[in-house]
Amino acid sequence: MKELLEGSMAVAEVVRLCKPAVISAYPITPQTHIVEELARIVADGRMNAQFVNVESEHSAASVVLGAVATGVRAYTATSSQGLFYMSEVLYNIAGMRLPVIMTTAARSISAPINIWNDHQDVVSLRDSGWIQFHAEDIQEAVDLHLIAYRLGEDKSIMLPVMVCMDGFILTHGLETVDMPSPEQVDKFLPPYKAPYKLDVENPLTLGPLVDPEYYTEARYALNKTHEEALALIPKLAAEFAKVFGRTYNGLMEGYQLKDAEKVIVAMGSVCGTIKEVIDELRAKGKKVGLLKITSLRPFPANAIYDALKNTPKLAVIDRALSLGSFAPLSAEVKAVFFGKPKKPKNISSFVVGMGGRDITKDSIKEIFRLMNGKDKQAEFIDLKPELLKESYD
Amino acid sequence: MSKTLFAPGHTACAGCGQSMAARLVLDAAGPNTIIVNNTGCLEVFSTKYPESCWEVPFIHSLFENAAAVASGVESAVKYLGKADTINVIAQGGDGGTADIGLQALSGMLERGHNILYVCYDNEAYMNTGVQRSGLTPFDTNTTTSPVGAVSIGNLRPKKPMPEIANAHGIPYVAVASSGFGQDLQRKVKKALSLKGPKYIQVHVPCPLGWRHETNMTIQVAKAAVETGLYPLIEYENGVLSSRRQIAPKPVEEYLKLQGRFKHLLNKPEEIKKIQEIADNNIKKYGLKAEAQQA
Repeated sequence: MKELLEGSMAVAEVVRLCKPAVISAYPITPQTHIVEELARIVADGRMNAQFVNVESEHSAASVVLGAVATGVRAYTATSSQGLFYMSEVLYNIAGMRLPVIMTTAARSISAPINIWNDHQDVVSLRDSGWIQFHAEDIQEAVDLHLIAYRLGEDKSIMLPVMVCMDGFILTHGLETVDMPSPEQVDKFLPPYKAPYKLDVENPLTLGPLVDPEYYTEARYALNKTHEEALALIPKLAAEFAKVFGRTYNGLMEGYQLKDAEKVIVAMGSVCGTIKEVIDELRAKGKKVGLLKITSLRPFPANAIYDALKNTPKLAVIDRALSLGSFAPLSAEVKAVFFGKPKKPKNISSFVVGMGGRDITKDSIKEIFRLMNGKDKQAEFIDLKPELLKESYD
Repeated sequence: MSKTLFAPGHTACAGCGQSMAARLVLDAAGPNTIIVNNTGCLEVFSTKYPESCWEVPFIHSLFENAAAVASGVESAVKYLGKADTINVIAQGGDGGTADIGLQALSGMLERGHNILYVCYDNEAYMNTGVQRSGLTPFDTNTTTSPVGAVSIGNLRPKKPMPEIANAHGIPYVAVASSGFGQDLQRKVKKALSLKGPKYIQVHVPCPLGWRHETNMTIQVAKAAVETGLYPLIEYENGVLSSRRQIAPKPVEEYLKLQGRFKHLLNKPEEIKKIQEIADNNIKKYGLKAEAQQA
């Protein structure tokens, strides 16, 4: 059923339909509307779940770790500093192969403190072992939660999944959303059956000490599973379309790629703006396109290669930095083409929309324009040079 | 299955007080128990893959989060309708409890989870090589509170963890000792008979860190209690409901057994300060046996 919903309300509703047994969270802007709504749903008896209000994000992640280890479905949500405070637990959850599902309202990081949207928090967690999806709009955020539970809990995967949605832009924005029915969700997402759990009938030791004889294989297997997830995600996308009558693009989405001479690679809500600009430029005969990456982890390197190997000019948009090095997504996209027979002539890297600075259509047009010259390295768009002149001298 | 739920064959040091206490705790709790363990000696010496001592479900996640992981386990158990039949025990060492894990523990206690938290107090970070913790006693020689030309050891007395736990308004707090096994098991059973959060702190000598002979573990543990330095008490619903009464021995009887206090034995002014700690305990908790009070 189509409804006009705030992003956070839509996510809370789809989480309700996924029936987690345990929800635990600690408030941080802009994640709060999601967990407030879930608390209301539980308080109204519209959902049978234990809602655990914890004293920190570290404990929120630990509570859902414990719940999933006991064999039930669980959910948490956070953002920014909260994600960082969780990070020790997040690596642990992935290593313990527990399919915790989490929404992250992507937000900048401190200092300076700033509550608005970029991707510095979530991108920093790319090596944690979590599967990481990025939503372009509220509909996709809703759909990715369904995929997240189904994928993470698959016996061949058993990994946690993070659904990233841009803070405020998607969490607090309103959109007409096609909400799934309970019957559809039940059909797509069967109850969680844990292949291993804390059970007094069948005692297991989880989280043992592992010495050099065994450790390497545990980490190898974790990495291998990400490859398996790469293969499974498109299959789940096909099944998703059958059940919900709506397409979900799986690992990534190409927009006007076919004959494109200039293509931007990006993640998240900025892709909507880029599509609008492409429509305008296409109307003027410019051959421009977009490759939207939905799955940052696992990273669909082969699919990106196939999609972009014949593109003459590429620009990668990062809304995060790897301070002191290349912008993170740009480095990964460039690595896709290393040693390959075909590659773009130019690959430029742009940084845009930090700490909630608006990315306008003009920002995107500027990027398309700058792609004419030589390669740019982490070139900041919409920078205000006048603000850089202040000093302590 | 072996006679105990905590199987022998682990890799703890000879004379380890913690391994003894952990076995007593688990056997008192019985098979319908889920254990959630902080990182520390106990987890390291009992779970080296592919072996495990634990004949009940056991999970170790991180150093400081056993209380929070246990909160998730207990919430799942409640959701599954098994809250009345399954015990959830969270446990850790003194550092994992009173220092890095205090926030998670406070959250667990405040939220009212039906969990027993057991702190195995060997009074320093033994797993990493005897560094000072918030539960290291006054004047103790550790690797990070070393005795030196201008230092007499650890600067501060033990953090009052039982009182901190009790201040959360929980139904049961107890202090026990590996030197008094039956008392420990009685306290575990009593705790598990009560709903809500419970806290038990067990004094567990560490021959390596305390530098005493490995066959002296029980005597050292008993001496701590008998000098008044480690009062065995119980709080029920916030009220002191029992204390083990003693005929107080001078604190030297305890200190002289251990290398960690060796530097104090020719310093009567320091011994006097430690005797004052014991005397305050004796007075505060009424530890002196009736016959001694005349």
